[in-house]
Amino acid sequence: MTDLHPSSRTDEYGARQQEVDEAIFEEEMLEGRPYEMQAAGKGLFAELRADRPGLLSAVFLAIVLIAAVFAPLLAPYGPVEGNPSTSNIPPVWDGGTWSHVLGTDMQGYDVLSRLMYGARTTLLVAFAVVFVAGLFGIILGMIAGYKGGRTDRYLMRWVDVQVAFPGLLIALIMIAVLGPSLWSLIFVLAFNGWMVYARMTRGVVLSAKERPYVEAAEVVGCKPRRVMFLHILPNLTSSLVTLAVLEFARIILAEATLSFLGLGLQYPDVSLGVMANSGRDAFFSLPRLAIIPGVAITLIVLAVNFLASWLRVVTDPQEREKRHAAGVRSSTAAAASQAAS
Amino acid sequence: MGRYLSQRLFQGIVVVVGVTVLVFVVTRLIGDPVNFILPLSASEEQRAELRQSLGFDRPIISQFVTFVGDALHLDFGNSTYFRNEDALDVVLRFLPKTLQLVVAGMTIALIASIPLGIIAALRPGKLLDKCVVTLSLIGLAAPQFFIGEVILLLTSVKFHLVDFGDGPWTHLIFPAITLALPAIGRLTMVVRSAMIDELNSQYVRAAKAKGVRRRRIVGVHAMRNSAIPFVTLFGWEVIRALAGFTLVVEAVFNWPGLGSLAILAIKERDFFLIQAIVFVVAIMVVFVNIAIDITYKLIDPRVKLA
Repeated sequence: MTDLHPSSRTDEYGARQQEVDEAIFEEEMLEGRPYEMQAAGKGLFAELRADRPGLLSAVFLAIVLIAAVFAPLLAPYGPVEGNPSTSNIPPVWDGGTWSHVLGTDMQGYDVLSRLMYGARTTLLVAFAVVFVAGLFGIILGMIAGYKGGRTDRYLMRWVDVQVAFPGLLIALIMIAVLGPSLWSLIFVLAFNGWMVYARMTRGVVLSAKERPYVEAAEVVGCKPRRVMFLHILPNLTSSLVTLAVLEFARIILAEATLSFLGLGLQYPDVSLGVMANSGRDAFFSLPRLAIIPGVAITLIVLAVNFLASWLRVVTDPQEREKRHAAGVRSSTAAAASQAAS
Repeated sequence: MGRYLSQRLFQGIVVVVGVTVLVFVVTRLIGDPVNFILPLSASEEQRAELRQSLGFDRPIISQFVTFVGDALHLDFGNSTYFRNEDALDVVLRFLPKTLQLVVAGMTIALIASIPLGIIAALRPGKLLDKCVVTLSLIGLAAPQFFIGEVILLLTSVKFHLVDFGDGPWTHLIFPAITLALPAIGRLTMVVRSAMIDELNSQYVRAAKAKGVRRRRIVGVHAMRNSAIPFVTLFGWEVIRALAGFTLVVEAVFNWPGLGSLAILAIKERDFFLIQAIVFVVAIMVVFVNIAIDITYKLIDPRVKLA
């Protein structure tokens, strides 16, 4: 009598049977969900853990995000809570007290709290700008890529012209005219930043347009809008996400620069750039007021950059292979060069 | 080549026109410009008089036409802040200082990033590479004003290295370094990554097998092929510096160039000056763009300029 339990067999047929059984078992467990999707879910965290800089950055950014979003609950003081009697208290390592961990500024406001509220504003601006600029740019890019022909030429001409504008200068002028406020900041930064999304989207659409499934969708009678958003758009997600994250970092720097020049938000409204600007006043006597927000901005941008290059490696199979081939241990650093260029 | 050149020139003109028109429109949007020029105590008649003399009371279209006509003569009006000196003259007065800064800064960036990138690429993953990469990443993540402030602190306060007063060149070097650092960060990464790719390629292996000395491989063969991404980025960095970041560096170091002038003009609402500045900057940007494209063609004959 042949033994029907595969695990007790040691010959090749038995091993093969075991694999098949396991596969069937897994299939039933996963209940028809596409294999790619679970692999993606499991694999993403594994990939993140494997990559040290990526992991550190993700953790750091998560902390920053929580601190920023929940600032009203978590911050020890309000952003403008204080008075001259508490002013200029040094941070804890310089002789201060634990009640003002990073010290206070010249008006008496707690630096740590302002840092948290400031991060909140800065991150808010960055998200808003990426959203607005991205939306506008992606839609324009899709239309240009899909319609082709004259529409494409004119739209890209517009993109090329606007790309050549001296960005910071235009931003300054527009803010000076519109008045420095949160909305004018968002508008101006979005105005200067949508072109890169349009170009990238158009590129991907152009190559995706030739694929058989698009042609099939058109033949079947899908309206152009449906084809664009349902069929072509999913191709974009990986490059788009990486691009959006990189732009996020760039916007943080841009907002900081604008506020530093006095044309972003104004004191006592707080953002990381505003803190850096107000640190200028007592720069030589109290440098920490300018250094602390500067360090904060640098760390956040650094972390976002690392995250972006990790994303790039993870979502692009070619890059993943390159990592193994070149023998470079930290792929994020190697890919960050591409990301930064 | 000639046809390409004329095409790019035309595009450049469109850009300059576009920018100038944009600034014109934007500065006219804010209601009554006269309010910014005259002190608040000025009487209504004085305002009306100024309005008429500067042409602000005419319909926008006619203002625009006059503007275009004047612009073609390179007449951007008279700066209100600088006591009615011709705006373009003022701009050209401040321009050399900025050019000094940008040339010095970009030269430093060029000289520093290429060797750094190559050194890092030669032993990828080892300690030297990691140091270079870390420094580069910090350089490009830090906001420029922060870098400037740190340098300012270190040099003047901690070490009393440079007296920012005398000497024509001494006080150029630190602002130039500040301008250069983010560019060095990005450029080094590009050089490094391009070199790593090149050094792993077939023809390099063939050359090594043939016994060609390493210095020649790196210096001649690999460099030529890494040039294109480097030139692209370098050109872009120059434009970034010209069009914007001198503003920040000049603000931090009190450098009296075009950037400081621009900030001044914007704060003082000196429209004519702003228009002149934008015009000049746009022209410079277009110029650099075209120069980059020509350099492409010179470096890589395979490139078809389309």
